[in-house]
Amino acid sequence: MAKVMAKPKEKPVKKKQTLGMKILSVLFTIVSIFYVAPVFFVIMNSFKSNAAISKGFFEFPTADTFQGFQNYITGMFHGNYPFWKSIMWSFFITIGGVLLILICTSMCAWYLQRSNTVICKIIYYFCIFSMVVPFQMVMFTLSKTADTLHLTTPWGILIVYLGFGAGLSVFMFSGFVKSIPIEIEEAAYVDGAGPLRTFFGIVLPIMKPTFISVAILQTMWIWNDYLLPYLILDMDYKTIPIHIQYLNGSYGHTDTSAIMSLIVLSIVPIVIFYFACQKYIIEGVISGAVKG
Amino acid sequence: MFRKGKRKIYSLIFVLPTFAAFIIGFIYPFFNGVYLSFCEFRTTSDAVFIGVDNYIKAFQNEGFLHSFWFTVMFVIVSVVLINVIAFFVAYALTLGIRGSNIFRTVFFVPNLVGGIILGYIWQYIFNGILQYYGTNLALDSRFGFWGLIILMCWQQAGYMMIIYIAGFQSVPKDLYEAARIDGANKKQLLTNVTMPMMMPSITICTFLTLTNSFKLFDQNLALTNGAPGVVSATSGTTVYQTEMLALNIYKTFYANQNSRGVGQAEGVIFFVIVVVIALVQLYFTRRKEVQQ
Repeated sequence: MAKVMAKPKEKPVKKKQTLGMKILSVLFTIVSIFYVAPVFFVIMNSFKSNAAISKGFFEFPTADTFQGFQNYITGMFHGNYPFWKSIMWSFFITIGGVLLILICTSMCAWYLQRSNTVICKIIYYFCIFSMVVPFQMVMFTLSKTADTLHLTTPWGILIVYLGFGAGLSVFMFSGFVKSIPIEIEEAAYVDGAGPLRTFFGIVLPIMKPTFISVAILQTMWIWNDYLLPYLILDMDYKTIPIHIQYLNGSYGHTDTSAIMSLIVLSIVPIVIFYFACQKYIIEGVISGAVKG
Repeated sequence: MFRKGKRKIYSLIFVLPTFAAFIIGFIYPFFNGVYLSFCEFRTTSDAVFIGVDNYIKAFQNEGFLHSFWFTVMFVIVSVVLINVIAFFVAYALTLGIRGSNIFRTVFFVPNLVGGIILGYIWQYIFNGILQYYGTNLALDSRFGFWGLIILMCWQQAGYMMIIYIAGFQSVPKDLYEAARIDGANKKQLLTNVTMPMMMPSITICTFLTLTNSFKLFDQNLALTNGAPGVVSATSGTTVYQTEMLALNIYKTFYANQNSRGVGQAEGVIFFVIVVVIALVQLYFTRRKEVQQ
């Protein structure tokens, strides 16, 4: 596999800004403004009334059309499926799914690498294979299987996520296990530690960077996933993407201003997440790219 | 590490949870899906084997063929644009211009927002602009196509930029020095040092953009949902002009219960296309990589 490894960051040396670099700075500033503009307009419209939005999307709210946080309150707590429930389920499924994937696949990957029998190799290659299979190929059979096994609740879908997300995680963990010298584990074994103790006491702490990378990638996937939970979950449970799609897709009356505020609300956790673990996200993206 | 007698117990503890979920979430649905593509069915239990009829129907399905060509066009344009943009932005940001960190954040964050939400944000933006010209996204397939391209560049360029930046930072500085001593000019440095060393990053980024664009679903569903639909003169069916493969397969499946077998066959074809494209792409870019 080709490796794109970021070297340990060197201290950024304050370079002298040449004219070309200054021009680039200005250029990028302008591009950045265009980049954030869509989100800005959505935020702006989330404070306007429905009529005002359909009249002119790019007009600033006036005293008449300014709604304050009314849209947010309506969207969050009213309607037959209040948005806070979707937020709650999204959090539950994402956190639960990621934790389950981390624990199970790291154990699995370690065993597959260390035991290395023919069956282990077959499982490993199946995992790699599963990464390129598009979801549309298995969507119907997967949702029927989940239906038969009663996995249509937020608890059950965690198992589906473990199964469908196993490919990438097992692959990334395996790659890391290969780089751990086996002598460390043999030393622990000689000292009397069984496989379980060796794994949780020694291998797991060494694998911490990969844990973080896998966690970041899986969080980004599960949090934003639409079709899988939509097909599998019962009607009583919605995640954020399902909720947004439901509001927009419903025929007849759509409450645009409420949708605007809900879009803003669903972006807020992501932005917080980014600024809280910026460093890890960048590293996760880079090490995830090695999967190519 | 794993002694013969106890091996079974440990394989149960370490591998079974992931493996069981993997069978539920991937292996069984996958093979069942392949089998069902040769059957006529409404649910998984009433499947009747009919041979390759579904595949023949799939290739005669005008909507499917149209979505195939639409997807191909989209993939070509988006892969080229995203990679060129990301490559040069990454290059500029490694020069050390002022504000690099802010720009990096601004360009990257759209990635973390889910496809459904992004699709609706852009739908409002585009419709807001087109409103001034008395038209909207659903009326002209060119709007849908370029809208989708803009959306994907906006979302994906930042992700690829991160990978390219890591690539640029991993080129050893002494290579440049050596080349300079040998009398290489700036252009030669770029073509003979930077580019070969960047090939692994280019391989990965083209692979990721290629498969992401090919499998695109959420953004397509949210932005246009295939509109506009045009009634075909030859077959009398409605062909949705901006529908990509994934969305078309989804609709063939769930909009019409009688065409499920055809939908499943299209899913298998889709899968084969993705695998072939991924392998061909990896083969061609890998050849250009140099040993590090």
